[in-house]
Amino acid sequence: MNFETVIGIEVHVELKTASKIFSPSPNMFGDQPNTNVNPIDLGYPGVLPVLNEEVVNYAMKAAMALNCDIATHTKFDRKNYFYPDNPKAYQISQFDQPIGENGYIDIEVDGKTKRIGITRLHIEEDAGKLTHSDDGYSLVDYNRQGTPLVEIVSEPDIASPEEAYKYLEKLKNIIQYTGVSDCKMEEGSLRADANISIRPIGQEEFGTKTELKNLNSFSFVQKGLEFEEKRQQKVLEAGGEILQETRRFDEATKETLLMRVKEGSDDYRYFPEPDLVPLYVSEDWKERVRAEIPELPDARKARYINDLGLPEYDAMVLTNNKELSDFFQETIDAGADVKQASNWMMGEVSAYLNKQQKELADVALTPANLAKVIKLIEDGTISSKIAKKVFAETVENGTEPEQYVKDQGMGQISDEGQLREIITGILDQNQQSIEDYKNGKDRALGFLVGQTMKATKGQANPPMVNKIIVEEMDKR
Amino acid sequence: MSLFDYKLSDLQEMLHKKEISVNDLLDEAYNRISEVDGDVKAFITLNEETARARAKELDELRGTPEGRGLLFGMPIGVKDNIVTKGLRTTAASQILDNLTDPLYDATVVQKLDAAEAINVGKLNMDEFAMGSSNENSSYYATRNPWNTDYVPGGSSGGSAAAVAAGEVPFSLGSDTGGSIRQPAAYCGVVGLKPTYGRVSRFGLIAFASSLDQIGPLTRTVEDNAYILETIAGLDQMDSTSADIEVPKYTEALTGDVKGLKIAVPKEYLAEGVSDEVKEAVQKALKVYEDMGATWDEVTLPHSKYALSTYYLLSSSEASANLARFDGVRYGRRSPNAENMLDMFKLSRSEGFGDEVKRRIMLGTFALSSGYYDAYYKKAQQARTLIKKDFDDVLADYDVIIGPTTPTPAFKVGEKTEDPLTMYANDILTIPVNLAGVPGISVPCGFSGEGLPIGLQIIGKHFDEATVYRAAHAYEQATDFHTQKPSLGGAK
Amino acid sequence: MSRISEEQVKHVAHLARLHVSDEEAERFTKQLDDIISFAEQLNELDTEGVEPTTHVQDLKNVMRKDEPKKWITQEDALKNAPETQDGQIRVPSILE
Repeated sequence: MNFETVIGIEVHVELKTASKIFSPSPNMFGDQPNTNVNPIDLGYPGVLPVLNEEVVNYAMKAAMALNCDIATHTKFDRKNYFYPDNPKAYQISQFDQPIGENGYIDIEVDGKTKRIGITRLHIEEDAGKLTHSDDGYSLVDYNRQGTPLVEIVSEPDIASPEEAYKYLEKLKNIIQYTGVSDCKMEEGSLRADANISIRPIGQEEFGTKTELKNLNSFSFVQKGLEFEEKRQQKVLEAGGEILQETRRFDEATKETLLMRVKEGSDDYRYFPEPDLVPLYVSEDWKERVRAEIPELPDARKARYINDLGLPEYDAMVLTNNKELSDFFQETIDAGADVKQASNWMMGEVSAYLNKQQKELADVALTPANLAKVIKLIEDGTISSKIAKKVFAETVENGTEPEQYVKDQGMGQISDEGQLREIITGILDQNQQSIEDYKNGKDRALGFLVGQTMKATKGQANPPMVNKIIVEEMDKR
Repeated sequence: MSLFDYKLSDLQEMLHKKEISVNDLLDEAYNRISEVDGDVKAFITLNEETARARAKELDELRGTPEGRGLLFGMPIGVKDNIVTKGLRTTAASQILDNLTDPLYDATVVQKLDAAEAINVGKLNMDEFAMGSSNENSSYYATRNPWNTDYVPGGSSGGSAAAVAAGEVPFSLGSDTGGSIRQPAAYCGVVGLKPTYGRVSRFGLIAFASSLDQIGPLTRTVEDNAYILETIAGLDQMDSTSADIEVPKYTEALTGDVKGLKIAVPKEYLAEGVSDEVKEAVQKALKVYEDMGATWDEVTLPHSKYALSTYYLLSSSEASANLARFDGVRYGRRSPNAENMLDMFKLSRSEGFGDEVKRRIMLGTFALSSGYYDAYYKKAQQARTLIKKDFDDVLADYDVIIGPTTPTPAFKVGEKTEDPLTMYANDILTIPVNLAGVPGISVPCGFSGEGLPIGLQIIGKHFDEATVYRAAHAYEQATDFHTQKPSLGGAK
Repeated sequence: MSRISEEQVKHVAHLARLHVSDEEAERFTKQLDDIISFAEQLNELDTEGVEPTTHVQDLKNVMRKDEPKKWITQEDALKNAPETQDGQIRVPSILE
C-alpha cells in the first residue's frame, strides 16, 4: 500500500526583550540559577502580572513576517497544570484569541514554491527549568520562568520530513530577520515539536498522529520524522494500530522512543486571565510595528537577483542566513563590487567560518575591512594572491587592510620606471632567453616574467611586467 | 475612655501637640490585645517589636513637617491575606503557616508606611478569605466582641472584631463577596468595599481576582475616608487598578444629603431578611427623609441569581489562584511525600481546610472540559445581567440603600454543617462585588439580643465620595457608632 | 438527579491535586451536588447573546515599558523553599 505523510509543526520561540513578559526581571540566558527571579516569577502569594509592551510588539512583528492576520481584540488566558517548573500552576497564554492567525511561509520543494499554512501565533510565558538527577530528586531553576515566548503552529501542510526541515529553516530565517529572537536551538530559544501521521493515498481522514518532542536540532527533527514515518508504515502494514503517543528522538540510536500514551486530551481548564485586561490593537499600532520590520529574506533575494544581478543560487545562499546576508549587504554598502563581494562571502569567508566552526559574530572581520580588501584588488594595489594573506590577517586580528598592506610593503609595484630598471637588469643576465623568444619560443617570456616576480617578491604588477619585457626585448 | 474613642484627626492633633505619643497609642493597642484577645482571637501574628521601633522614630517627628503623613502615628491592623515583608503572612491557612517572610510588602502596606501609619499585627480571617464567620480560620475562630458566643462574620472577622473590641482603631480587610461589610455589620463598625480597581490588589493573596478589593474598617465614616484616601489609586503593579484620580474623601463629608436620591431594592427587604433588620433599615430611611433625601423602591431583578453566579465564578478563579500552593517554593511541603504527585497532593490536602478544598473542587469542576459553558461561562453571562441591574438603577439614583445582612450575627457552630446556609449570609453583599461598585456598611441599630445591625449604602463606580457623604450624614444623625461592647469591662 | 458523581469528584480532586479519602469523597460529593444543583437555577436565565463579563471595569491595553530591574537576591529566592541544593529548589522526582 502507498502512504502519504501529514506533518504539523509547533515551534516555540523566545523573544529577546530586555525584561520578562509579566515581571521586570532581566531576560537573560546562562546566569547563575535563580538570580534573575523575583516574587512575581516565583509565584509568591499576592503577586500580579503586568504585560511588557515590547513583547506584544515583537510578537506582532513575528506574526506579520509570517503573513498572519493580526487580531484587533485579543486577551490572555490561564492554562492550568501542576509541575514544579510552573510556579503559579497555571501558564499565562492565549487560548481562543491569538495575536496572529492564518499566516503562511513559502518553501522551495524540487525547484517549486510550496506554501505552508500557519494556523496561529500566540504569546505565552516560558516555564522554569527542571533538571533531573539520578538520586530521586529534581532541581528547579526559575531564571527562565516568564521569558516571553511565541508559539507558532503550522497547518498539517507538510508532506515529508525534508519539507519539515525546510519549513523550520525558513521559519528560523524569517524570525531572525525580524530581530525578535536569536533562534538558538542550543540555548533553547527555538524549540520544535512535530506531529506526524500517515494515511493511504486517497484517504480523506487523517491517520492517528504521534508527537515528537525534545528535538534538539532541525536535522534531528528530520531524522526523527523519517524514522517515525517508517515505523508507522510498518505498524500499519502489519495490520497494527497507531496509538496517540508522545515520543522522543534518541540521538544515539536515531530512533524514536515512547514517552507516554495520551489518554484523551489534557484538561487544562483554560479561562480568561482576570489579572490582565484585554488588548485592542489599533490600525495605528499595527502600522507602527509593520514599519519596523526590516526587509525579509524573500524580498531581499528578489532584490539581489533583479537589482544587483546576482545569480539565483548566489542570491539564495546570501539570504538564507541573516547574519551572512546583513554582512554582505554592509560590505556592498561600504562600496565593494557586488559580484566580488558575493564571491568572497561564498568563497573565502564561508570557507574560513566552516573551517573554524565559527559564526560571523565571533570573528574579527568587518564588512568595511572586507570591502577594503576587495577595493585593493580592484585598484591593482594587491594581487588576488596577496589578497588572501591580507584577508587572513584581517579575519584573525581585525587589522585594517590598507594600513597592513602599506606596513608589510605588500603593495604591487606599478611604477613603470622602477619595473623597467629591474627588467633591464634581468634581460642583461638572460641573453639566451631573449634569443629563444625571438626564435618564437613563447615559454621564454613566461620564464622572464617569473624571474621578475621573483626579484620583486611577487609584488610586481603582472600585466605591466609582461608589457615592459616585450617592449624591452623588441628594442634589442 | 480609650484613646481609640477619639477619631483619627483628633489623635493626630494630640500627637502633634505632644499630649500623647505614638508609643502611648501602641500601649493602648497591645494592652487591650493582651486584655481581650484571648477571648476575641482577632490576631494571628503581632508585630510589636517592629511597631515599637517605628513608634520611636515617629515620636521624634511629632510636630515637625516630616511627621505630617496622612496617617501619622496611627496604629492599624492588617488582615492576614495582605502580604507584609518580614512579617508572617498565612491567610489563616496551615499551608502558609511557616511563611515568616513573604519577601515583599503589598502596595497598600507600602502606602500605609509612607503615610506613617504603624502595623500592629496580622488579623485573623477565614482561610484564604473563604467564609462568612471566621470559623474557617485554621488557627482559631475569632469571636464577636458584642457576645463571644456569636461569630464576628467573615472573612475579615478579625479586622472587624479588633476594631469593635478596641484593640486597634482601624484595620484593613478584603472583600470578595461581602467579607468587609458583613463582619462590619456583625461587629457594629464601619467597613467599606471600594469600587473594583480603586485599591491595588498587589500583595493581596488572591481569592477571586475579578472580585477582590481591599478596604478599611473603622469606628467612624470620617476615619474610614482618611484610610481609603491613603490606600487608593493607580498602581503600576496591578493592571486592573484604575487610572482615576483619588479625591479628598474627607472633604465630601458635609453632613448635607438634601436632595440625595436613594434607591431601595425591594429584593433587599424581601423574605429571608429578619424583621428586626427590616425595621432598622426602615428607620434609617426615615432619618434620611428627615434630612431632606428622597427614596423610591426599585428592583434589581437578577439579585436572586447572584449567589450562584458568585460561587461559580469565585470558586473557578480560586481553583487557579490557590494552585500555586504546591509545596515547591514556599509554604508547607508534606513530610510524607515520596514523589512529585504525592508532594502536590499531600501538601495541599494537609495544608488546606475543607471549605477551601470544596471551593477548589467546585471551581475545577466548573472550568473542566464539558462543563465550562454550562457553569463558568453561564455565570459570566449572569454577571453581565446583574451588573446591568445596578447600572440601570444607578443611572437614576445617587445611592442604593438596604441592609448589609439578612440577620444579625449567628452563633458559633450554628451554620457550619451546611455550606449553602452559610453562603446565604452574603446574599445582599455579593451582588455589589459582581457589579464592581462600592458599598459601605454602617451601624444602624441593635437586635433584641444586643447584636449590631448594619446598613449598606451602595454607590456608582468610583463614587465613594457620595457613599461616604451619605454614610457620614446618617452617622451624624444617629449614635449607634458610639456604642461599645462591654467586653472585658468597657473603659 | 445528581449533578456530580463520586467518580467525578475524585477526578476533579486529582486535577486540583487534592488527595481525598473515600469518606471525604462521599461527603464532598453530597455537598458539591447540593451547591451545583442550586447553581442550576442559572439555567432559568436567557443568556442568548449576552456577553460574558470577565472584567467589571472597562480597561484595556495596560502595559509597562520593557525595562529590566533586579529585585531580590538568590538567597531571598530560596529563603522559604522547603529544600534547596546548588542554588536550586529540590523536589522529589516524578517517579520514586
